[in-house]
Amino acid sequence: MDIIRTKNLTKKFNDFTAVDNISFSVRKGEIFGFLGPNGAGKTTTIKMLTTLLYPTAGSATLFGFDIIKQRDKVRQNIGVVFQEPALDTELTGQENLDFHARMYGLSKNNRKQRINDVLSLVDLVDKKDVLVKNYSGGMKRRLEIARGLMHFPTVLFLDEPTLGLDAQTRRAIWNYIKKMNKEEQTTIFLTTHYMDEADYLCDRVGIIDQGKILIIDSTKNLKNSVGNDVITLSCSELDKLMKRLEKEDWIKKTKQHDSQLTLGVEKGEEKIPVVIEIAQTLKIKIKSISVRKPTLDDVFIHFTGRTMRDQEPENPMKEMAKFYHRRR
Amino acid sequence: MIVQELQAIYVMWLRQMKRFIRAKSRIVASIVQPLFFLFILGSGFRVATFAGIEGDYLHFLAPGIITMAIMFSSMFTGVSVLWDKQFGFLQEVLVAPISRFSIILGRTLGGATTALIQGFIIFFVSLALGVQFPSIAGLLLTVVTMVLISFTAVGFGLIIASKMSDFHGFQVIMNLLIMPLFFLSSAFFPISESLPTWLKTIAFLNPLFYMVDGIRGSFTGANNIFPPVVDLLIIFVICLFMMGLGSYFFSKSEA
Repeated sequence: MDIIRTKNLTKKFNDFTAVDNISFSVRKGEIFGFLGPNGAGKTTTIKMLTTLLYPTAGSATLFGFDIIKQRDKVRQNIGVVFQEPALDTELTGQENLDFHARMYGLSKNNRKQRINDVLSLVDLVDKKDVLVKNYSGGMKRRLEIARGLMHFPTVLFLDEPTLGLDAQTRRAIWNYIKKMNKEEQTTIFLTTHYMDEADYLCDRVGIIDQGKILIIDSTKNLKNSVGNDVITLSCSELDKLMKRLEKEDWIKKTKQHDSQLTLGVEKGEEKIPVVIEIAQTLKIKIKSISVRKPTLDDVFIHFTGRTMRDQEPENPMKEMAKFYHRRR
Repeated sequence: MIVQELQAIYVMWLRQMKRFIRAKSRIVASIVQPLFFLFILGSGFRVATFAGIEGDYLHFLAPGIITMAIMFSSMFTGVSVLWDKQFGFLQEVLVAPISRFSIILGRTLGGATTALIQGFIIFFVSLALGVQFPSIAGLLLTVVTMVLISFTAVGFGLIIASKMSDFHGFQVIMNLLIMPLFFLSSAFFPISESLPTWLKTIAFLNPLFYMVDGIRGSFTGANNIFPPVVDLLIIFVICLFMMGLGSYFFSKSEA
Protein backbone atom coordinates (compact mmCIF):
# COMPACT_ATOMS: atom_id res chain seq x y z
CA MET A 1 0.00 0.00 0.00
CA ASP A 2 1.28 3.48 -0.85
CA ILE A 3 1.39 5.98 2.00
CA ILE A 4 2.71 8.90 -0.04
CA ARG A 5 1.99 9.39 -3.70
CA THR A 6 3.07 12.44 -5.68
CA LYS A 7 2.26 13.32 -9.25
CA ASN A 8 4.30 15.87 -11.21
CA LEU A 9 4.97 17.81 -8.01
CA THR A 10 6.65 21.13 -8.85
CA LYS A 11 7.78 24.14 -6.85
CA LYS A 12 9.15 27.33 -8.35
CA PHE A 13 10.59 30.31 -6.47
CA ASN A 14 10.28 33.11 -8.99
CA ASP A 15 12.27 31.80 -11.97
CA PHE A 16 14.15 29.16 -9.98
CA THR A 17 12.70 25.64 -10.14
CA ALA A 18 13.50 23.93 -6.86
CA VAL A 19 11.44 20.81 -7.45
CA ASP A 20 10.80 19.81 -11.03
CA ASN A 21 7.93 17.50 -11.91
CA ILE A 22 8.63 14.69 -9.50
CA SER A 23 6.43 11.62 -9.19
CA PHE A 24 7.11 8.88 -6.68
CA SER A 25 5.47 6.82 -4.01
CA VAL A 26 6.41 5.60 -0.55
CA ARG A 27 5.12 2.27 0.72
CA LYS A 28 3.65 1.54 4.11
CA GLY A 29 6.21 0.58 6.72
CA GLU A 30 9.33 1.28 4.73
CA ILE A 31 12.20 3.70 5.30
CA PHE A 32 12.44 5.75 2.16
CA GLY A 33 15.27 8.19 1.55
CA PHE A 34 15.89 11.10 -0.72
CA LEU A 35 19.58 11.29 -1.48
CA GLY A 36 21.14 14.30 -3.14
CA PRO A 37 23.44 17.28 -2.74
CA ASN A 38 22.50 20.49 -0.95
CA GLY A 39 20.01 22.49 -2.96
CA ALA A 40 18.69 19.45 -4.83
CA GLY A 41 15.13 20.14 -3.69
CA LYS A 42 14.90 17.67 -0.81
CA THR A 43 13.78 20.11 1.85
CA THR A 44 11.38 21.84 -0.53
CA THR A 45 9.76 18.48 -1.25
CA ILE A 46 9.36 17.79 2.48
CA LYS A 47 7.91 21.25 3.05
CA MET A 48 5.32 20.67 0.36
CA LEU A 49 4.41 17.22 1.66
CA THR A 50 4.06 18.60 5.18
CA THR A 51 1.79 21.46 3.99
CA LEU A 52 4.26 24.23 4.84
CA LEU A 53 4.68 25.26 1.19
CA TYR A 54 2.14 25.27 -1.59
CA PRO A 55 3.19 23.39 -4.74
CA THR A 56 3.37 25.49 -7.90
CA ALA A 57 1.99 22.59 -9.91
CA GLY A 58 1.20 18.91 -9.56
CA SER A 59 -0.34 17.13 -6.62
CA ALA A 60 0.39 14.76 -3.79
CA THR A 61 -1.62 12.64 -1.42
CA LEU A 62 -0.68 11.25 1.97
CA PHE A 63 -2.78 8.25 3.01
CA GLY A 64 -5.26 9.40 0.38
CA PHE A 65 -5.56 12.95 1.74
CA ASP A 66 -4.70 15.77 -0.62
CA ILE A 67 -1.89 18.03 0.64
CA ILE A 68 -3.64 21.17 -0.61
CA LYS A 69 -7.31 20.50 -0.02
CA GLN A 70 -7.11 18.40 3.14
CA ARG A 71 -4.26 20.04 4.98
CA ASP A 72 -5.62 19.42 8.47
CA LYS A 73 -6.14 15.70 7.81
CA VAL A 74 -2.61 15.49 6.48
CA ARG A 75 -1.16 17.43 9.43
CA GLN A 76 -2.91 15.24 11.98
CA ASN A 77 -1.17 12.15 10.62
CA ILE A 78 2.38 13.28 10.04
CA GLY A 79 5.36 13.90 12.27
CA VAL A 80 8.14 16.19 11.12
CA VAL A 81 11.73 16.67 12.23
CA PHE A 82 13.02 19.73 10.45
CA GLN A 83 16.53 20.30 9.24
CA GLU A 84 17.07 23.20 11.63
CA PRO A 85 16.13 22.53 15.25
CA ALA A 86 12.55 23.61 15.97
CA LEU A 87 12.51 23.43 19.76
CA ASP A 88 11.66 26.09 22.30
CA THR A 89 14.99 26.35 24.07
CA GLU A 90 13.49 28.23 27.02
CA LEU A 91 11.33 25.23 27.90
CA THR A 92 12.42 21.87 29.29
CA GLY A 93 12.40 18.71 27.19
CA GLN A 94 9.24 17.53 28.88
CA GLU A 95 7.53 20.89 28.34
CA ASN A 96 8.38 20.82 24.66
CA LEU A 97 6.77 17.42 24.39
CA ASP A 98 3.77 18.53 26.40
CA PHE A 99 3.31 21.49 24.09
CA HIS A 100 3.35 19.14 21.14
CA ALA A 101 0.97 16.65 22.74
CA ARG A 102 -1.63 19.32 23.41
CA MET A 103 -1.28 20.79 19.93
CA TYR A 104 -2.14 17.35 18.58
CA GLY A 105 -5.03 16.84 20.98
CA LEU A 106 -3.73 13.97 23.11
CA SER A 107 -5.87 13.33 26.19
CA LYS A 108 -4.42 13.93 29.63
CA ASN A 109 -3.65 10.30 30.48
CA ASN A 110 -2.37 9.56 27.01
CA ARG A 111 -0.13 12.57 27.22
CA LYS A 112 1.73 11.50 30.35
CA GLN A 113 2.12 7.92 29.20
CA ARG A 114 3.23 8.89 25.74
CA ILE A 115 5.76 11.47 26.88
CA ASN A 116 7.38 8.82 29.05
CA ASP A 117 7.32 6.26 26.25
CA VAL A 118 8.99 8.43 23.64
CA LEU A 119 11.49 9.83 26.14
CA SER A 120 12.62 6.34 27.05
CA LEU A 121 12.77 5.40 23.38
CA VAL A 122 15.47 8.06 22.89
CA ASP A 123 16.99 7.67 26.39
CA LEU A 124 16.21 11.17 27.60
CA VAL A 125 14.07 10.34 30.64
CA ASP A 126 16.65 11.62 33.11
CA LYS A 127 17.09 14.86 31.17
CA LYS A 128 13.42 15.69 30.80
CA ASP A 129 13.41 18.54 33.31
CA VAL A 130 16.48 20.25 31.90
CA LEU A 131 15.98 23.38 29.79
CA VAL A 132 16.54 22.56 26.14
CA LYS A 133 19.09 25.36 25.81
CA ASN A 134 21.38 23.22 27.96
CA TYR A 135 21.01 20.18 25.69
CA SER A 136 23.78 19.07 23.34
CA GLY A 137 23.16 18.96 19.59
CA GLY A 138 22.61 15.22 19.70
CA MET A 139 20.18 15.45 22.62
CA LYS A 140 18.17 18.11 20.81
CA ARG A 141 17.96 15.90 17.76
CA ARG A 142 16.81 12.94 19.85
CA LEU A 143 14.20 15.06 21.56
CA GLU A 144 12.90 16.22 18.20
CA ILE A 145 12.68 12.68 16.92
CA ALA A 146 10.81 11.70 20.07
CA ARG A 147 8.48 14.64 19.58
CA GLY A 148 7.84 13.69 15.96
CA LEU A 149 6.59 10.33 17.19
CA MET A 150 4.38 11.62 20.03
CA HIS A 151 1.06 11.62 18.23
CA PHE A 152 1.44 8.22 16.52
CA PRO A 153 2.00 9.64 13.04
CA THR A 154 1.46 7.31 10.11
CA VAL A 155 4.55 8.75 8.50
CA LEU A 156 7.50 10.57 10.02
CA PHE A 157 9.51 13.04 7.94
CA LEU A 158 13.16 13.48 8.85
CA ASP A 159 15.04 16.23 7.05
CA GLU A 160 18.78 15.54 7.29
CA PRO A 161 18.42 13.86 10.68
CA THR A 162 22.15 13.68 11.48
CA LEU A 163 23.43 16.87 9.89
CA GLY A 164 26.27 18.31 11.93
CA LEU A 165 26.44 15.51 14.49
CA ASP A 166 29.51 13.53 15.47
CA ALA A 167 29.98 9.95 14.31
CA GLN A 168 28.96 8.37 17.59
CA THR A 169 25.77 10.39 17.91
CA ARG A 170 24.88 9.69 14.29
CA ARG A 171 25.13 5.99 14.91
CA ALA A 172 22.86 6.32 17.95
CA ILE A 173 20.29 8.34 16.01
CA TRP A 174 20.31 5.77 13.24
CA ASN A 175 19.51 3.10 15.78
CA TYR A 176 16.61 5.12 17.17
CA ILE A 177 15.24 5.57 13.68
CA LYS A 178 15.47 1.85 12.98
CA LYS A 179 13.91 1.09 16.32
CA MET A 180 10.88 3.28 15.85
CA ASN A 181 10.38 2.03 12.33
CA LYS A 182 10.24 -1.49 13.74
CA GLU A 183 8.54 -0.96 17.10
CA GLU A 184 5.99 1.67 16.12
CA GLN A 185 5.53 0.59 12.51
CA THR A 186 6.10 4.18 11.46
CA THR A 187 6.74 4.76 7.80
CA ILE A 188 9.76 7.01 7.47
CA PHE A 189 10.63 9.50 4.79
CA LEU A 190 14.08 10.98 5.22
CA THR A 191 16.45 13.14 3.25
CA THR A 192 20.20 13.01 3.46
CA HIS A 193 23.33 13.74 1.55
CA TYR A 194 25.29 11.02 3.32
CA MET A 195 25.60 7.81 1.39
CA ASP A 196 26.37 5.75 4.50
CA GLU A 197 23.23 7.06 6.14
CA ALA A 198 21.02 6.16 3.21
CA ASP A 199 22.80 2.84 2.98
CA TYR A 200 22.36 1.94 6.64
CA LEU A 201 18.80 3.13 7.07
CA CYS A 202 16.85 3.05 3.85
CA ASP A 203 14.95 0.26 2.23
CA ARG A 204 14.63 2.29 -0.93
CA VAL A 205 16.41 5.43 -2.07
CA GLY A 206 15.56 8.08 -4.61
CA ILE A 207 18.47 10.03 -6.04
CA ILE A 208 17.48 13.64 -6.55
CA ASP A 209 19.49 16.32 -8.30
CA GLN A 210 18.53 19.79 -9.47
CA GLY A 211 14.92 19.16 -8.59
CA LYS A 212 14.59 15.95 -10.57
CA ILE A 213 14.48 12.33 -9.47
CA LEU A 214 17.09 10.39 -11.41
CA ILE A 215 16.30 6.93 -10.11
CA ILE A 216 14.48 5.17 -7.30
CA ASP A 217 15.64 1.75 -6.21
CA SER A 218 16.75 -0.31 -3.24
CA THR A 219 20.16 0.62 -1.85
CA LYS A 220 21.50 -2.78 -2.86
CA ASN A 221 20.50 -2.39 -6.48
CA LEU A 222 21.84 1.14 -6.60
CA LYS A 223 25.28 0.09 -5.51
CA ASN A 224 25.29 -2.99 -7.68
CA SER A 225 24.73 -0.74 -10.64
CA VAL A 226 28.14 0.77 -9.91
CA GLY A 227 29.91 -2.42 -8.89
CA ASN A 228 30.93 -3.85 -5.55
CA ASP A 229 34.25 -2.05 -5.56
CA VAL A 230 35.48 1.00 -7.38
CA ILE A 231 38.98 1.29 -8.83
CA THR A 232 40.18 4.82 -9.48
CA LEU A 233 43.29 5.37 -11.54
CA SER A 234 45.11 8.11 -13.36
CA CYS A 235 47.55 7.57 -16.24
CA SER A 236 49.03 9.14 -19.34
CA GLU A 237 46.74 8.02 -22.14
CA LEU A 238 43.37 7.82 -20.46
CA ASP A 239 41.24 7.38 -23.58
CA LYS A 240 43.31 4.57 -24.98
CA LEU A 241 43.23 2.62 -21.74
CA MET A 242 39.54 3.20 -21.33
CA LYS A 243 38.78 1.84 -24.81
CA ARG A 244 40.80 -1.25 -24.05
CA LEU A 245 39.26 -1.83 -20.63
CA GLU A 246 35.73 -1.47 -21.94
CA LYS A 247 36.25 -4.78 -23.74
CA GLU A 248 36.75 -6.63 -20.43
CA ASP A 249 33.49 -8.15 -19.26
CA TRP A 250 34.53 -8.30 -15.57
CA ILE A 251 34.40 -4.53 -15.50
CA LYS A 252 30.83 -3.53 -14.91
CA LYS A 253 31.32 0.09 -15.60
CA THR A 254 33.93 2.51 -16.79
CA LYS A 255 33.67 6.23 -16.45
CA GLN A 256 36.07 9.06 -17.11
CA HIS A 257 35.95 12.41 -15.40
CA ASP A 258 38.59 15.06 -14.93
CA SER A 259 41.88 13.19 -15.29
CA GLN A 260 40.66 10.03 -13.64
CA LEU A 261 39.16 6.76 -14.69
CA THR A 262 36.78 4.86 -12.43
CA LEU A 263 36.00 1.19 -12.89
CA GLY A 264 33.21 -0.70 -11.19
CA VAL A 265 34.34 -4.25 -10.37
CA GLU A 266 33.94 -7.21 -8.00
CA LYS A 267 36.81 -8.01 -5.59
CA GLY A 268 38.75 -4.87 -6.45
CA GLU A 269 41.99 -5.85 -4.65
CA GLU A 270 42.47 -8.78 -7.01
CA LYS A 271 41.74 -6.72 -10.09
CA ILE A 272 44.42 -4.07 -9.56
CA PRO A 273 47.29 -6.27 -10.86
CA VAL A 274 45.14 -7.26 -13.84
CA VAL A 275 44.52 -3.63 -14.73
CA ILE A 276 48.20 -2.78 -14.38
CA GLU A 277 49.11 -5.71 -16.59
CA ILE A 278 46.73 -4.56 -19.30
CA ALA A 279 48.13 -1.06 -19.11
CA GLN A 280 51.70 -2.36 -19.44
CA THR A 281 50.88 -4.31 -22.57
CA LEU A 282 49.62 -1.02 -24.03
CA LYS A 283 52.80 0.73 -22.81
CA ILE A 284 50.71 3.05 -20.69
CA LYS A 285 52.20 4.19 -17.41
CA ILE A 286 49.80 4.29 -14.48
CA LYS A 287 50.44 7.21 -12.13
CA SER A 288 48.20 6.16 -9.29
CA ILE A 289 45.61 3.53 -8.57
CA SER A 290 43.33 2.84 -5.64
CA VAL A 291 40.39 0.67 -4.71
CA ARG A 292 37.49 1.47 -2.42
CA LYS A 293 33.84 0.76 -1.74
CA PRO A 294 31.33 2.69 -3.84
CA THR A 295 30.19 5.96 -2.29
CA LEU A 296 27.45 8.41 -3.01
CA ASP A 297 29.85 10.11 -5.40
CA ASP A 298 30.13 6.98 -7.50
CA VAL A 299 26.42 6.35 -7.64
CA PHE A 300 25.94 10.01 -8.24
CA ILE A 301 28.51 10.19 -11.06
CA HIS A 302 26.89 7.13 -12.51
CA PHE A 303 23.55 8.84 -12.86
CA THR A 304 24.55 12.45 -13.43
CA GLY A 305 28.02 12.32 -14.96
CA ARG A 306 29.20 14.78 -12.33
CA THR A 307 30.59 14.55 -8.84
CA MET A 308 28.77 15.91 -5.81
CA ARG A 309 31.71 18.24 -5.43
CA ASP A 310 31.05 19.86 -8.81
CA GLN A 311 27.79 21.05 -7.38
CA GLU A 312 29.32 23.01 -4.59
CA PRO A 313 28.89 26.70 -5.19
CA GLU A 314 31.90 28.49 -6.63
CA ASN A 315 31.28 31.47 -4.43
CA PRO A 316 29.63 30.40 -1.20
CA MET A 317 28.83 33.95 -0.08
CA LYS A 318 27.02 34.68 -3.31
CA GLU A 319 25.03 31.49 -3.04
CA MET A 320 24.16 32.36 0.52
CA ALA A 321 22.96 35.79 -0.50
CA LYS A 322 20.76 34.16 -3.13
CA PHE A 323 19.43 31.73 -0.57
CA TYR A 324 18.43 34.48 1.83
CA HIS A 325 16.93 36.45 -0.96
CA ARG A 326 14.81 33.49 -1.88
CA ARG A 327 13.64 32.93 1.66
CA ARG A 328 12.34 36.40 1.80
CA MET B 1 -11.99 19.30 17.06
CA ILE B 2 -13.00 22.34 19.11
CA VAL B 3 -11.46 20.78 22.20
CA GLN B 4 -8.20 20.41 20.35
CA GLU B 5 -8.27 24.05 19.22
CA LEU B 6 -8.93 25.16 22.81
CA GLN B 7 -6.10 22.97 24.04
CA ALA B 8 -3.82 24.57 21.47
CA ILE B 9 -4.84 28.10 22.48
CA TYR B 10 -4.26 27.17 26.10
CA VAL B 11 -0.83 25.66 25.52
CA MET B 12 0.24 28.61 23.36
CA TRP B 13 -0.76 30.84 26.25
CA LEU B 14 0.96 28.57 28.77
CA ARG B 15 4.19 28.68 26.80
CA GLN B 16 4.20 32.47 26.87
CA MET B 17 3.61 32.47 30.61
CA LYS B 18 6.48 30.09 31.23
CA ARG B 19 8.80 32.07 29.03
CA PHE B 20 7.72 35.29 30.72
CA ILE B 21 8.36 34.00 34.21
CA ARG B 22 11.74 32.55 33.23
CA ALA B 23 12.98 35.70 31.52
CA LYS B 24 13.78 37.43 34.80
CA SER B 25 15.82 40.22 33.29
CA ARG B 26 13.04 41.04 30.87
CA ILE B 27 10.49 41.26 33.66
CA VAL B 28 12.71 43.53 35.69
CA ALA B 29 13.51 45.77 32.72
CA SER B 30 9.92 46.02 31.55
CA ILE B 31 8.68 46.97 35.00
CA VAL B 32 11.53 49.15 36.13
CA GLN B 33 11.70 51.24 32.98
CA PRO B 34 8.12 52.59 33.22
CA LEU B 35 8.65 53.13 36.95
CA PHE B 36 11.67 55.27 36.16
CA PHE B 37 9.51 57.32 33.85
CA LEU B 38 6.88 57.60 36.52
CA PHE B 39 9.26 58.63 39.30
CA ILE B 40 11.75 60.78 37.42
CA LEU B 41 9.42 62.55 35.01
CA GLY B 42 6.80 62.64 37.73
CA SER B 43 9.05 64.44 40.20
CA GLY B 44 10.80 66.56 37.59
CA PHE B 45 7.71 68.02 35.96
CA ARG B 46 5.76 68.28 39.17
CA VAL B 47 6.98 71.83 39.62
CA ALA B 48 6.14 72.86 36.05
CA THR B 49 2.78 74.18 35.02
CA PHE B 50 1.14 72.95 31.85
CA ALA B 51 -1.82 74.60 30.22
CA GLY B 52 -4.68 72.10 30.44
CA ILE B 53 -3.60 70.04 33.42
CA GLU B 54 -5.78 70.03 36.47
CA GLY B 55 -4.33 68.81 39.71
CA ASP B 56 -1.11 66.98 40.30
CA TYR B 57 1.19 66.13 37.35
CA LEU B 58 1.52 62.55 38.60
CA HIS B 59 -2.22 62.09 38.04
CA PHE B 60 -1.68 63.20 34.50
CA LEU B 61 1.39 61.08 33.89
CA ALA B 62 0.32 57.74 35.41
CA PRO B 63 -2.21 56.78 32.68
CA GLY B 64 0.36 57.56 30.00
CA ILE B 65 2.95 55.31 31.61
CA ILE B 66 0.45 52.48 32.07
CA THR B 67 -0.42 52.72 28.38
CA MET B 68 3.26 52.75 27.48
CA ALA B 69 4.03 49.64 29.52
CA ILE B 70 1.14 47.69 27.99
CA MET B 71 1.85 48.89 24.47
CA PHE B 72 5.55 48.06 24.42
CA SER B 73 5.15 44.72 26.11
CA SER B 74 2.38 43.62 23.73
CA MET B 75 4.18 44.84 20.68
CA PHE B 76 7.17 42.83 21.75
CA THR B 77 5.00 39.71 21.96
CA GLY B 78 3.85 40.23 18.40
CA VAL B 79 7.33 40.87 17.13
CA SER B 80 8.78 37.93 19.05
CA VAL B 81 7.22 35.70 16.37
CA LEU B 82 10.43 36.70 14.60
CA TRP B 83 12.40 34.84 17.28
CA ASP B 84 10.32 31.76 16.72
CA LYS B 85 10.95 32.09 13.04
CA GLN B 86 14.71 32.41 13.53
CA PHE B 87 14.87 29.59 16.04
CA GLY B 88 12.74 27.40 13.82
CA PHE B 89 10.05 26.87 16.46
CA LEU B 90 7.47 28.53 14.24
CA GLN B 91 7.62 25.53 11.92
CA GLU B 92 6.65 23.23 14.76
CA VAL B 93 3.62 25.44 15.39
CA LEU B 94 2.65 25.84 11.75
CA VAL B 95 2.83 22.14 10.93
CA ALA B 96 0.42 21.24 13.75
CA PRO B 97 -3.20 20.48 12.83
CA ILE B 98 -4.38 23.75 14.35
CA SER B 99 -6.05 26.65 12.58
CA ARG B 100 -3.97 29.78 12.11
CA PHE B 101 -6.68 31.67 13.96
CA SER B 102 -6.18 29.65 17.14
CA ILE B 103 -2.42 30.08 16.92
CA ILE B 104 -2.80 33.85 16.73
CA LEU B 105 -5.44 33.88 19.45
CA GLY B 106 -3.23 31.87 21.80
CA ARG B 107 -0.30 34.13 21.19
CA THR B 108 -2.38 37.28 21.61
CA LEU B 109 -3.91 36.07 24.87
CA GLY B 110 -0.44 35.20 26.16
CA GLY B 111 0.88 38.61 25.20
CA ALA B 112 -2.14 40.36 26.67
CA THR B 113 -1.76 38.54 29.97
CA THR B 114 1.87 39.49 30.41
CA ALA B 115 1.15 43.04 29.33
CA LEU B 116 -1.72 43.35 31.79
CA ILE B 117 0.43 42.04 34.63
CA GLN B 118 2.92 44.79 33.87
CA GLY B 119 0.17 47.35 33.42
CA PHE B 120 -1.34 46.46 36.77
CA ILE B 121 1.98 46.74 38.55
CA ILE B 122 2.30 50.34 37.34
CA PHE B 123 -1.36 50.80 38.20
CA PHE B 124 -0.86 49.77 41.82
CA VAL B 125 2.35 51.73 42.15
CA SER B 126 0.56 54.88 41.00
CA LEU B 127 -2.24 54.18 43.49
CA ALA B 128 0.41 53.89 46.18
CA LEU B 129 1.87 57.19 45.03
CA GLY B 130 -1.48 58.82 45.69
CA VAL B 131 -3.23 58.75 42.33
CA GLN B 132 -6.93 58.43 43.00
CA PHE B 133 -9.56 56.76 40.90
CA PRO B 134 -13.10 58.10 40.89
CA SER B 135 -15.26 55.01 40.52
CA ILE B 136 -15.41 51.21 40.27
CA ALA B 137 -17.11 51.54 36.87
CA GLY B 138 -14.15 53.61 35.75
CA LEU B 139 -11.80 50.87 36.91
CA LEU B 140 -13.67 48.24 34.93
CA LEU B 141 -13.55 50.47 31.89
CA THR B 142 -9.80 50.88 32.45
CA VAL B 143 -9.29 47.12 32.39
CA VAL B 144 -11.31 46.75 29.17
CA THR B 145 -9.31 49.54 27.55
CA MET B 146 -6.06 47.94 28.69
CA VAL B 147 -7.05 44.64 27.07
CA LEU B 148 -7.94 46.34 23.80
CA ILE B 149 -4.69 48.32 23.76
CA SER B 150 -2.79 45.11 24.29
CA PHE B 151 -4.59 43.29 21.45
CA THR B 152 -4.00 46.22 19.12
CA ALA B 153 -0.29 46.28 19.88
CA VAL B 154 0.08 42.50 19.45
CA GLY B 155 -1.62 42.85 16.07
CA PHE B 156 0.77 45.63 15.10
CA GLY B 157 3.72 43.51 16.23
CA LEU B 158 2.46 40.61 14.11
CA ILE B 159 2.33 42.85 11.07
CA ILE B 160 5.96 43.86 11.62
CA ALA B 161 7.02 40.27 12.30
CA SER B 162 5.35 38.99 9.13
CA LYS B 163 6.82 41.68 6.93
CA MET B 164 10.36 41.71 8.29
CA SER B 165 13.05 39.11 8.38
CA ASP B 166 15.13 40.44 11.28
CA PHE B 167 15.07 42.75 14.26
CA HIS B 168 16.78 45.74 12.67
CA GLY B 169 13.56 46.82 11.00
CA PHE B 170 11.80 46.62 14.34
CA GLN B 171 14.35 48.97 15.93
CA VAL B 172 13.84 51.47 13.13
CA ILE B 173 10.07 51.36 13.51
CA MET B 174 10.37 51.75 17.28
CA ASN B 175 12.66 54.76 17.05
CA LEU B 176 11.22 56.56 14.05
CA LEU B 177 7.52 55.80 14.37
CA ILE B 178 6.49 54.62 17.81
CA MET B 179 8.58 57.00 19.92
CA PRO B 180 7.40 60.21 18.16
CA LEU B 181 3.82 58.98 18.19
CA PHE B 182 4.19 58.27 21.85
CA PHE B 183 5.44 61.77 22.58
CA LEU B 184 2.41 63.07 20.71
CA SER B 185 -0.05 60.85 22.54
CA SER B 186 -0.54 63.25 25.46
CA ALA B 187 1.24 60.73 27.71
CA PHE B 188 3.75 63.32 28.91
CA PHE B 189 2.12 66.65 28.12
CA PRO B 190 -1.41 67.68 27.16
CA ILE B 191 -2.40 68.29 23.56
CA SER B 192 -3.50 71.85 24.21
CA GLU B 193 -4.11 75.10 22.34
CA SER B 194 -0.48 76.13 22.74
CA LEU B 195 0.77 73.41 20.35
CA PRO B 196 1.25 74.28 16.65
CA THR B 197 -1.80 73.29 14.59
CA TRP B 198 0.03 70.70 12.49
CA LEU B 199 1.29 68.90 15.57
CA LYS B 200 -2.21 68.94 16.98
CA THR B 201 -3.55 67.45 13.75
CA ILE B 202 -1.01 64.64 13.92
CA ALA B 203 -1.89 64.07 17.56
CA PHE B 204 -5.56 63.64 16.79
CA LEU B 205 -4.73 61.22 13.95
CA ASN B 206 -2.47 59.29 16.30
CA PRO B 207 -3.99 56.00 17.54
CA LEU B 208 -1.85 56.18 20.68
CA PHE B 209 -3.54 59.43 21.64
CA TYR B 210 -6.90 57.69 22.02
CA MET B 211 -5.32 54.93 24.07
CA VAL B 212 -3.72 57.31 26.54
CA ASP B 213 -6.82 59.54 26.58
CA GLY B 214 -9.03 56.48 27.13
CA ILE B 215 -7.01 55.21 30.09
CA ARG B 216 -6.83 58.72 31.50
CA GLY B 217 -10.58 59.24 31.23
CA SER B 218 -11.50 55.92 32.77
CA PHE B 219 -8.75 55.62 35.37
CA THR B 220 -8.33 59.14 36.79
CA GLY B 221 -11.38 60.76 35.23
CA ALA B 222 -9.54 64.04 34.76
CA ASN B 223 -7.69 65.89 31.99
CA ASN B 224 -9.16 63.66 29.26
CA ILE B 225 -10.30 65.33 26.04
CA PHE B 226 -12.89 62.76 24.90
CA PRO B 227 -15.28 60.74 27.03
CA PRO B 228 -13.63 57.37 27.78
CA VAL B 229 -16.40 55.46 26.01
CA VAL B 230 -15.73 57.35 22.79
CA ASP B 231 -12.01 56.59 23.12
CA LEU B 232 -12.86 52.95 23.76
CA LEU B 233 -14.95 52.79 20.61
CA ILE B 234 -12.16 54.30 18.53
CA ILE B 235 -9.61 51.92 20.05
CA PHE B 236 -11.96 49.04 19.34
CA VAL B 237 -12.08 49.93 15.64
CA ILE B 238 -8.29 50.31 15.49
CA CYS B 239 -7.93 47.02 17.34
CA LEU B 240 -10.14 45.15 14.86
CA PHE B 241 -8.14 46.63 12.02
CA MET B 242 -4.73 45.77 13.50
CA MET B 243 -5.70 42.26 14.58
CA GLY B 244 -7.32 41.60 11.22
CA LEU B 245 -4.34 42.81 9.26
CA GLY B 246 -1.87 41.07 11.60
CA SER B 247 -3.72 37.75 11.32
CA TYR B 248 -3.94 38.11 7.56
CA PHE B 249 -0.22 38.74 7.15
CA PHE B 250 0.69 36.01 9.61
CA SER B 251 -1.48 33.41 7.88
CA LYS B 252 0.05 34.37 4.54
CA SER B 253 3.63 34.03 5.67
CA GLU B 254 5.27 30.70 4.89
CA ALA B 255 7.64 29.09 7.33
